[in-house]
Amino acid sequence: MDLLNALVAFLNFVFIPALAYGSQLALGALGATLIYGILRFSNFAHGETMAFGTAITILLTFGLQALGITFGPLPTALIALPLAIAATALLLLGTDRLVYRFYRDAKAAPTILVIVSLGVMFIMSAITRFLVGVEDIAFADGERFVVTARGFRDWSGLEEGLAIRSTQVITVVVAGIAVALLFWFLNRTRTGKSMRAFSDNEDLALLSGINPNRVVAVTWVIVAALATTAGVLYGLDKSFKAFTYFQLLLPIFAAAVVGGLGNPLGAIAGGFVIAFSEVMVTYAWRQVVAYALPGDWAPAGLLQIMSTEYKFAVSFAILIIVLLFKPTGLFKGQSV
Amino acid sequence: MKKLLLAASATALCAGAAVAQDAPSGAAPKIGIVLGFTGPLESITPFMAQSAEVAIAEVNAAGGIVNGQQVTSERADSTCIDAAAATAATEGLVNGGINAIMGADCSGVTNAILTNVAVPNGIGMISPSATSPGLSTAEDSGLFFRTAPSDARQGQVMADILKDRGVSEVALTYTNNDYGKGLADSFTQAYTAGGGTISITAAHEDGKADYSAEVASLAASGSDILVVAGYTDQGGRGIIRNALDTGAFETFVLPDGMIGQEIVDVLGDGLSSSFGQYPGTDSPGATRFQEIATAEGFDGTSAFSPESYDAAALIMMAMEAAGSTNSADWTQKVADLANAPGEEILPGELAKALELIRAGTDIDYVGATAVELIGAGESAGNYREVEFKEGEIVTIRFR
Repeated sequence: MDLLNALVAFLNFVFIPALAYGSQLALGALGATLIYGILRFSNFAHGETMAFGTAITILLTFGLQALGITFGPLPTALIALPLAIAATALLLLGTDRLVYRFYRDAKAAPTILVIVSLGVMFIMSAITRFLVGVEDIAFADGERFVVTARGFRDWSGLEEGLAIRSTQVITVVVAGIAVALLFWFLNRTRTGKSMRAFSDNEDLALLSGINPNRVVAVTWVIVAALATTAGVLYGLDKSFKAFTYFQLLLPIFAAAVVGGLGNPLGAIAGGFVIAFSEVMVTYAWRQVVAYALPGDWAPAGLLQIMSTEYKFAVSFAILIIVLLFKPTGLFKGQSV
Repeated sequence: MKKLLLAASATALCAGAAVAQDAPSGAAPKIGIVLGFTGPLESITPFMAQSAEVAIAEVNAAGGIVNGQQVTSERADSTCIDAAAATAATEGLVNGGINAIMGADCSGVTNAILTNVAVPNGIGMISPSATSPGLSTAEDSGLFFRTAPSDARQGQVMADILKDRGVSEVALTYTNNDYGKGLADSFTQAYTAGGGTISITAAHEDGKADYSAEVASLAASGSDILVVAGYTDQGGRGIIRNALDTGAFETFVLPDGMIGQEIVDVLGDGLSSSFGQYPGTDSPGATRFQEIATAEGFDGTSAFSPESYDAAALIMMAMEAAGSTNSADWTQKVADLANAPGEEILPGELAKALELIRAGTDIDYVGATAVELIGAGESAGNYREVEFKEGEIVTIRFR
C-alpha cells in the first residue's frame, strides 16, 4: 500500500495534464460562447481563429528570437502575444465587415450564419497554412520544466516521478488572468455591461441606446484575445500543427454546451469537465489502484474504461447526453 | 559373390548418376520475367527487368549453363493488380517454353501466379519484391522463393534484439495504419512466442498535437521499455516526447519508420538509452551492383532492382548446380546456393560462380542484397541494429 505513489501517479498523468488542457479548452469555449451569446451563432471558424493567432505569434516569436530578444525563463511567445492578438482582431473585424455584417443586416437565420462561418473557416485555415505551412512547429523556448520527473524522484525517493512543465504552469496562470480580466470587464465596465444587456435582450438593449456595431466590434476583439491566447497556450504546451486546431472544435463546443451556451462561467466549468472526462475515461488506472491497494491485490487488467483512440468520443458522448437531458447546460445558458 | 554383386551394382548406379548429370536434361534454359510493366509499379519494373537481364547476359557471356546452353528470357506483364491478367500472361510464357519465373512483383498477383500457373505446371519461381507475410505459408510445393524479406521479418528481428538484450516485458504502441498494425502484429507474435510479455498494446493516431492520454495509459502498464511502431515526424515522436517529459519511459525501441537523423536532433539525449533497427547491409555487393547498373546505363538504386538481379542469378546458378532446367530439379538447389557455407559470390562474379559450381565447390551467393534464405525460402533481409549516442545513430551490428 503506497498512497503517496498513487497520488503522485494520479497527479502526473491525470490531474496536471487535464488541468492544463482544461484551461486551454475553457479559454477556447469562452470565445465560442461569447459569439453565441452576443452574435447568436456557433462560430465554426473558432478553431481556425486560434490557429491563425498562433501562427502570427510563431512568426513574431521567430522575429524576436532573430533580434536576440527573449523572455528569460519564460517563452518568447508571451511577448509576441499582444501583437498577435491585435493582428487576429484585425482579421476578425475585417471578416465581420466583409462577411458577417451582410448576413446580420439581412437578419439571416443562425443556421445560415453557421454555414457562413464554415466557409470562413476554410479561408482562414488556408491563410494559416499559407503563412506557416502544415509542418509540426516547436516555438516554445525558455525553461522547459518547473519540476522534472527525475528530479522529483531523486528528491522524494518515491518510485513515481512528477513532472510539471513550465508551459503547464503558464497555461493555468495566463488562463486565470484572462478569465479574471474578462469577468471584470463584463461586470464592471460600461461596455461590458452593454454587451451583457445586448446578449440578454437585443431589442431592449437597442431601445436603451446601446450602439450595436460597437458591441459587435468589442466582442470580436475580445474573442480574438481569447482565441489567440488559447491557441498559443495549446501550441506551447503541446505542439503547433495547423490542422490540429480544427480537431479542437469538438471539445470546445462540447465544453460550451455542457456549461450552457452563452454563459461565460459555464464555458470555464465545461472546459474542465470535458478535459477531466477525456483524460480520466481513457486513463488506465491499474498503476494508481495497484499503489493504493494493499499487497498483491493489484489488478491484472489495465482498468481502462475506454481506449485512447476514442478520446474524442468522450466529448461527443457528453455533448449528446447534455443535449438530451439538460439542453441549457450545467449553468443556465441558452438552449440550442 | 553377393558382395561382388552389390559392389558392381553400386558402381553401375554411381556411373549412371554421373551420366545423368552430364547429359543435358530438360529443355533449353528460358526465364520468364513477369513484372507489372503497366500499373502501379510501372515506374520501377523496367529497371527490375533490366537487372534480371543484366544477370542473364553475364551468364551467357560466361558461356551459358547446363552444358553451355545460352539462356533466353521473355517479359510478360503482371499488371501488379489484376490477378486474371497476370495468370493469362504467365500461361502464355509457359506455353512458350519457360522453365523458371523471375517474378512476380506485387504480392497479390504473385500469389495468383503461384497458385494458378507455377504449381499446376511445376514451374519454379523467385519473386524479387513480393513482401506479404501471407506468401510464407502459401502452398508452393517447394517451387516458390523470394529475394525480398517478408514484412513480418522486422517484427522477428526486433523481438530477437530485445531477447538478446534480456528484455522480457515491453509496452507497445503503433500508428493506426497498415504499416503500424502489421509490424505490431508480427512483433507481438514473434516476441510472445519467444517468451516475452507485452503488457499493453495501444494504437495512436498520427497528426495530433497531444499524446498525454496515450502515454498515460502506456505508463500505467508498469513496463520500463516502450516499443514505438510509428513515424519519426508524426505521432511516434509525440509519444516519445511526452513519455520523456512525464518520466513515463526512458528507453524506447524504434523500428525503421522511427529512425532518422531528425528525431535524434530533436530529442537529443532523450534517446541515449534507446535502440532500434532498420533495413541496411554492410555487404560490398550493394556497391558492386550499383557499379554494374551504372555501366549498363540504368539506375541501380531503384527499388527492388538488386533483388531482381539476385533472383535471376539464383535461378541460373541453381540450374547449373542441378545440371537440369527442370524446375523440380533446380528448385532443390536454390537454398544451398544462397546460404553459407561456401565461397562468397558478389554481383559481377557469376562466371566465377559457375566455374566453382562445375568444379563441385560449394558457393554462398551473397549477391547485391546479401541474400540469405530462411523459412519457406524467403530472404531474411538485413537489418542494422542501432543505438543513439551523443546525437548520432550508431550501428551496433548487422542482423
